[in-house]
Amino acid sequence: MKILVPVKRVIDYNVKVRVKADQTGVDLANVKMSMNPFCEIAVEEAVRLVEKGVATEVVVVSIGVTQAQETIRTALAMGADRGILLTSDQDLEPLNIAKLLKAVIAEEKPDMVLMGKQAIDGDNNATGQMLAALLDWPQATFASEINIDGGKAKVTREVDGGLQTLEVALPAIVTVDLRLNEPRFASLPNIMKAKKKPIDIKDAASMGVEVKNHLNVTKVTEPPKREAGIKVESAAELAAKLKEAGVI
Amino acid sequence: MAVLVYADHDGVNVKDSTNKAVSAALAISSDVHVLVAGSVAPAKSAASIDGVSKVLVAKSDALSKDIAEAVEALVTPLMANYDAVLFVAGAAGKNAAPRIAAKLDVAIISDIIEVTGPKSFVRPIYAGNALESVESSDGKLIITVRTTAFKAEGNGGAASIEEIVAPNATHSATFVSEAMVKSDRPELQGAKRVVSGGRALGSEEEFNAVIVPLADRLGAAVGASRAAVDAGYAPNDYQVGQTGKVVAPELYVAVGISGAIQHLAGMKDSKTIVAINKDPDAPIFQIADFGLVADYKTAVPEFQNSL
Ligand SMILES: Cc1cc2nc3c(=O)[nH]c(=O)nc-3n(C[C@H](O)[C@H](O)[C@H](O)COP(=O)(O)OP(=O)(O)OC[C@H]3O[C@@H](n4cnc5c(N)ncnc54)[C@H](O)[C@@H]3O)c2cc1C
Ligand SMILES: Nc1ncnc2c1ncn2[C@@H]1O[C@H](COP(=O)(O)O)[C@@H](O)[C@H]1O
Repeated sequence: MKILVPVKRVIDYNVKVRVKADQTGVDLANVKMSMNPFCEIAVEEAVRLVEKGVATEVVVVSIGVTQAQETIRTALAMGADRGILLTSDQDLEPLNIAKLLKAVIAEEKPDMVLMGKQAIDGDNNATGQMLAALLDWPQATFASEINIDGGKAKVTREVDGGLQTLEVALPAIVTVDLRLNEPRFASLPNIMKAKKKPIDIKDAASMGVEVKNHLNVTKVTEPPKREAGIKVESAAELAAKLKEAGVI
Repeated sequence: MAVLVYADHDGVNVKDSTNKAVSAALAISSDVHVLVAGSVAPAKSAASIDGVSKVLVAKSDALSKDIAEAVEALVTPLMANYDAVLFVAGAAGKNAAPRIAAKLDVAIISDIIEVTGPKSFVRPIYAGNALESVESSDGKLIITVRTTAFKAEGNGGAASIEEIVAPNATHSATFVSEAMVKSDRPELQGAKRVVSGGRALGSEEEFNAVIVPLADRLGAAVGASRAAVDAGYAPNDYQVGQTGKVVAPELYVAVGISGAIQHLAGMKDSKTIVAINKDPDAPIFQIADFGLVADYKTAVPEFQNSL
């Protein structure tokens, strides 16, 4: 079984992002970039499926600037077998990413696509669902447990109010949530080994997919700042202040 | 043309989040219809929402389990009659809406917090650290609504109700089982008050012994940080934050939560924020209206006794 894992390079989750003064976007200059945390979880799960003997190959794919190679290398160091980079300098919407991934899938023919539920830059939570629609494949989003057996995946999903378990016929799209696993740190020998693993780099424009953004970003602004309030000295004072303010 | 709202309901009544999504829809068009999928019962409450002119209701088991393919098969053809469809940005809406958008070859507009024009919206990005204003060039708009940002329409209306037939499709995803958390406490989303506990609580027993009674005393829903959920102190669906639930209650009490950006993303629009943390430098204090630097072990019981 072959698993495809799309991974996105995003601003590291620990970085405090700053909006550019000209309101055209957020400042990416000299900012630490990392693999989207949800994509890390997807890579980890795919590698574990190989380790368990369920899967045989893990291919990672990223769409973005040439530096996204580093993101792919990180996935290779975690245990993925090879990488594909579709280079593009454009900030592409989920629908475009889904169309490009569909083109990759036509070539790679994976049995399952494991991907993040959400990229923490755009917070769209959409690409997996869109890809499933374009392929007419079943989807199981927000996975916290995945069991594969007999050409089917049983997926437990984090939904409002609790957990839901679905069974999807493969090939399928599974998007992963935080509780699925804890991604490993790549060991030094594995980082060295990853340097020799192949990455196929091609221009996204060569995929024969028309990419067109449907949303025009007119501005990006800072959210209103919330002022810090006061510190109280005791729990009794806290209760008194809340009563005074009419909150309780 | 008309705008459709996909109702969020519990099988009996529509939830307050539907009234809020209707308010967002009314900012786009004055002709708002509501689609109740799954069971028939909630149609009555949907028809009473102010500003709604028509309710469509489609009965089906697959729809009541929020199977994305079933929702797609129902809504996609209906979009011939509508300019836009709005879903509540919960697990079900986020699961289905992008699928419909891709079928129609249009963008998904996720998590809107403001309608600034018939095709213009504001949405948070980077865990709410930036706000993006977008204008769509699509003929059909597929939207999910962050309902905490909209007021709820009242229930003084009387729209007509029309039953429609859900497409009888076979789906390659099938429902197996569910494990829902049962609770008499108010639901997290939409609750007027929320008490959340963090990693400091240290165990499920401690969480239940400290956070739950305080929540009960305040008539509040219970929330948690990711750290508390990951460690098993609280169920998954209690998580508040960028990747959990977004809440904006009248009162939010954070106990033993440091205030990481990902947590703040889910609660910083609460009206009054109270933080109890023993570290005076915890970032949560930068947004708290009332901060108490103390060990929760003594502070919470004392607070409860002073209420
Ligand atoms: C992709 C991604 C998504 C995430 N999504 C979310 C999300 O949706 N929601 C979320 O919450 N987090 C999320 N996180 C995690 C987030 O970054 C933090 O790790 C998490 O919020 C920390 O939880 P905490 O505040 O409970 O724990 P800590 O940061 O460990 O804080 C515990 C606090 O308790 C205080 N404390 C300790 N003992 C006591 C005591 N006796 N009395 C009083 N105070 C005490 C400490 O001073 C400390 O401030 C996400 C992270 C990533 C990478
Ligand atoms: N540029 C990209 N390259 C590769 N995968 C991506 C890209 N953008 C999004 N994805 C995948 O889609 C998931 C969800 O992203 P989003 O829909 O943007 O929130 C991510 O976790 C990735 O797995």
